[in-house]
Amino acid sequence: MSTFWWIRRRSYAFFVLRELSAVFVAWSVVFLLLLVRALAQGESEYRAFLDWAATPWVVLLNVVTLAFLVLHAITWFNLTPAALVVRLRGRRLPPAVVAGGAYAGWVVVSAVIVGLVVTR
Amino acid sequence: MADTITLQVARYRPGRETAPTVEEFDVPLRKDWAVLDGLNHVKDHQDGTLSYRWSCRMGICGSCGMTVNGEPRLTCATFLIDYAPGPVRVEPLANFPVIRDLVVDIGDFMRKLPQVSPWIVRREEKSVSEGEYLQTPQQMEDYSQFSMCINCMLCYSACPVYGLDPEFVGPAALALAQRYNLDSRDEGSDVRLDLLIHPEGIWGCTFVGECTRACPKGVDPAGAIQRYKLTAALQSLKSFVLPRGPR
Repeated sequence: MSTFWWIRRRSYAFFVLRELSAVFVAWSVVFLLLLVRALAQGESEYRAFLDWAATPWVVLLNVVTLAFLVLHAITWFNLTPAALVVRLRGRRLPPAVVAGGAYAGWVVVSAVIVGLVVTR
Repeated sequence: MADTITLQVARYRPGRETAPTVEEFDVPLRKDWAVLDGLNHVKDHQDGTLSYRWSCRMGICGSCGMTVNGEPRLTCATFLIDYAPGPVRVEPLANFPVIRDLVVDIGDFMRKLPQVSPWIVRREEKSVSEGEYLQTPQQMEDYSQFSMCINCMLCYSACPVYGLDPEFVGPAALALAQRYNLDSRDEGSDVRLDLLIHPEGIWGCTFVGECTRACPKGVDPAGAIQRYKLTAALQSLKSFVLPRGPR
């Protein structure tokens, strides 16, 4: 099989994009750590970091990263019911409910973070 | 609706040629004909040397798997009318060595299947006089989906991991292991554990999901594998946290 075995089919190509999203997840963690480090180093370092983050290439990178993060989260939550069989009172919860639970968790965590960070 | 449809059939005759070729045959386009009926027409009326496997012609024996227009399909369950006006490309099942024409060597799977102990394993067998192993409908439902496998190999054909690494145990074998792990009558999870948690076992799977898409019986081998990944991970965690506890 060639290195580009995944180009032949849409479902294979989508799979490779899904797997590639992990690289962007890693970048978002690194970016967050750089932000925290800049904050810890003081006002001028923090301002310098924000200026750097506002440069066109970094903005473009982060926009692409955001898209891949969303892809990563959505595909992960949609696939969760395949691995996680939840039984309530002897009956198996429908896959949509299990996935819905994951999305609900996402909303709750996001709301808490927004409450802590944005509305101070 | 036209009268005929063209089948572009892969031919390979070892000894006569060194590489596969394609031969075209026109077969009647009848609205109830499957690709298999087309192949049978070729063999009966046009070229008796065409070689392919088939048996039940109703989607239960798993013999007639081939690649139709790039997709792994049971040729008895794939209808010519859905490909009209054609042509329809019929090739041997992908990811398997070709013996001749459309016949592939499935020996690899036949060797892997017994390795997952696809039978009820009991620490102590009950004697016949003690009666059957009883099971509620709920307990049967727990594993029945994975018992639908007809060993047709379409999942192996669809799986890119198997294509890239033939050592991978593969979707059907892993799903069948789960069929027995989840069977309330079975006590053999330990017996199957070592093969399943091998890097070429469940951990070889990257959840592409194509096996589930290709399966003609709705087995969902991808689901079986991911469920076992969770079970195995939790079991590893338990044995790490409670090393002397029950396995």
